[in-house]
Amino acid sequence: MKNPLDSIWGTVICGLILTVVLYYIAHALVGSGAKVG
Amino acid sequence: MNDWVDPILRWGHFFAGIMWIGLLYFFNFVNAAATKEATAAGEAGPISKYIMPRALAYFRWAAVATWLIGFALLSTFPPYNGMNATGAAMMLRGPYAPIGIGAWLGTIMLLNVWGLIWRNQKKVLGIVPATDEEKAKARRVAFLASRVNTMLSIPMLFFMATGFHHQNGIY
Repeated sequence: MKNPLDSIWGTVICGLILTVVLYYIAHALVGSGAKVG
Repeated sequence: MNDWVDPILRWGHFFAGIMWIGLLYFFNFVNAAATKEATAAGEAGPISKYIMPRALAYFRWAAVATWLIGFALLSTFPPYNGMNATGAAMMLRGPYAPIGIGAWLGTIMLLNVWGLIWRNQKKVLGIVPATDEEKAKARRVAFLASRVNTMLSIPMLFFMATGFHHQNGIY
């Protein structure tokens, strides 16, 4: 299998997928929108 | 006075960040393909001699400036549950989790710049002595590290720019 990072657009797609994954992780970590106190 | 600290740090963080990521995108979106074509045509010499050393100098020092100013900016944010903002962000606590993910991605990218990209580019550009075999290996490692940073920059910019930390009552 080719390394997706060898292609610039493969790199961009990997970055977009990683963004979606991290978004859901961040969403879970933030929880119910706790306020700073 | 505090009214000025946050905007000036934010401005400096953006200025250095645009310099850093702008050069990263130049390397990946423009220069990699251009160098490949120029090498095939036997004309890559001037790129290595005149462009890359200058571009890499601004690139690696802008990375340091972005990181330092970013952490200075983060330290001006209010504490969370008795923990200072930097600690809360790096431990991904509550509303600081999104900016913390951005800060971790930026930190990994900075380590990549100095530990992998610059260390290997010095061999590729002949700044430190290396055999042809070592240069070929260094070129591949520097290329992949640069591509990893391009990939990481996409979520990093998302978490820096979307302002979750504003929406969640931090600022």
